[in-house]
Amino acid sequence: MKAIQLSSLLAVVLALSLLGTGCQKRVIGPTPINKSESRIRPGEISDNLPSYNANNSGSGVSGADLDTATGAHAQSGQFSLDNSTQDRAALAGHTVHFDFDSSVVRSDERGNVDAVAGYMQGNPAVGLLIEGHCDERGTDGYNDALGERRASALREVLISQGVAAERIITQSWGKRRPVDLGHNEAAWAKNRRGEFVVLHAK
Amino acid sequence: MNHQHYPRTLAVIVACLALGHLPLSAQQTITIPGTSGLSESPIPVNLSGFSGEALEVIQFDLLVQGFSLAGADTAQYLLSGSNAGNVVGRAQDRINKNMLVNKSYTGANLRRQAHQFVDDFLATLGRRGIGGTRIAFVHTEGRNSEIYVGNFDGTDAAPVTQDDSTAISPAWTPDNQALCYTSYRSGGAWIYLQNLAARQRTIIARYPGSNFSPAVAPDGQRVAMILSKSGTVDLYAANLTGNVLTRLTQSREDESSPCWSPDGQWICYAGKINGRRALYRIASGGGKPERIATSGVLNPTEPDWSPDGKWIVFTQQRRGGFDICVVPAAGGSATVLVEGEDPSWAPNSRTVVYTRRNARGGDQLSLLDVPTKQTKTITRISGSNSQPSWAK
Repeated sequence: MKAIQLSSLLAVVLALSLLGTGCQKRVIGPTPINKSESRIRPGEISDNLPSYNANNSGSGVSGADLDTATGAHAQSGQFSLDNSTQDRAALAGHTVHFDFDSSVVRSDERGNVDAVAGYMQGNPAVGLLIEGHCDERGTDGYNDALGERRASALREVLISQGVAAERIITQSWGKRRPVDLGHNEAAWAKNRRGEFVVLHAK
Repeated sequence: MNHQHYPRTLAVIVACLALGHLPLSAQQTITIPGTSGLSESPIPVNLSGFSGEALEVIQFDLLVQGFSLAGADTAQYLLSGSNAGNVVGRAQDRINKNMLVNKSYTGANLRRQAHQFVDDFLATLGRRGIGGTRIAFVHTEGRNSEIYVGNFDGTDAAPVTQDDSTAISPAWTPDNQALCYTSYRSGGAWIYLQNLAARQRTIIARYPGSNFSPAVAPDGQRVAMILSKSGTVDLYAANLTGNVLTRLTQSREDESSPCWSPDGQWICYAGKINGRRALYRIASGGGKPERIATSGVLNPTEPDWSPDGKWIVFTQQRRGGFDICVVPAAGGSATVLVEGEDPSWAPNSRTVVYTRRNARGGDQLSLLDVPTKQTKTITRISGSNSQPSWAK
């Protein structure tokens, strides 16, 4: 639409320029400018959201999912973040930290994962949100993916310890939620982490 | 494209032949006639008669599109005029005396008139100006970030989300009427499509796990994105309604930051195969990933394919910082341009908007003219801004 307006404007301008080639000293014009930009008004946004079916892990639309790697490791979504309340305190002491640019769960962090697995077994009604975080030494796009990979790595360890896959949701925050705002290795080491949040169905 | 360059380019080639060698090294120092080169000298122009805002706009637009300011005796083009009430603008070739533009402008405001004058001048050189184009970006305040849209020079910036949440990675639809982005407003990181005029949004992806990095195909029919619904981080594509989801990669590594080739045949993304972190491309309907060589740089990420199909601009992640780099779309020797990240091409396939971290930790948007490496910070938007996306 905009491109069409622009090109027709250019066409008119071009035509006027051609008309004027015989008398180049004369100022041609005026050339009106079409003030066509649509102003973006801040304020309320009317939402048009499809209804959510918790058992259909999709956009509320059925479609041919060519995903062949479903099964035990697919995220099937018995819990969802818009139908649960979050308890961030219960497992706050078991945050797992990672090496630079790595999503490998280190052996010295296994105690934390074991504790989370034990909690999940002792509280069969709750769900678990695993949040993956990164330090600032990566681009936004890269860190969003790396944070998710860290959360997924923790999820796999918990599944291998018997926690049902459908009780776990992963989410990456990339580098957007640092616990330490410093720009040094001590801060970065704290920020490369996976946090565990207990979910209670609303 | 730049016909006025032929004589100078030929002269360079002739001079090099005379010296017995061609500088055909990794840096591609020759401007091949008919293509946009990577090492152009700015074209000198002389400005006279303009003042205040009109002068500021004309200088800004010229600098980010490959021109430099010069004296009237050395300039290739003479741009003169006035801005008393309205802009009057003339552009003349100093050598052959041809009058290229000779107009008086009315309507809108001085800034838009000045932008139009530069665009008219560029049109006489066979180039498409960017004076009327817009960018979307992420504006961060504290823990919240919102999607904003403004003119490419930073004026008239306004929010398109006001959720007091985290909205990230905006991407335009090809008609420039709507934006895709990820927002955490409902708790999960979901992908939305929002029409700017109607102020309506729909959810495109709300799968368990993270839903990231939407990129709309050039035909406006499909969207590529990064999902973790299968337990690993992979590249998917779906219709713009979110249905008919196709999984394009299956790896235990992460894929990130997809973009489309302008013909819609390929999706380029950052990934890692056999331990090799690289840019890859995959047929948009599915297929085997092919590596896009970026010789000379490490850890490429955040690719963006130029609208003319010739180049891919991307971010190099190196120890201690980030660089904007460019490589031929088929792969090859990469050229480091400037320090920065998150690059996005302008519709002219030569200017790029990108993010620069400043010393205090905030992010600033800057413009880069790729062939001349000239940069200009967008100072009219305050606060921390990142992830710019240029409306094509």
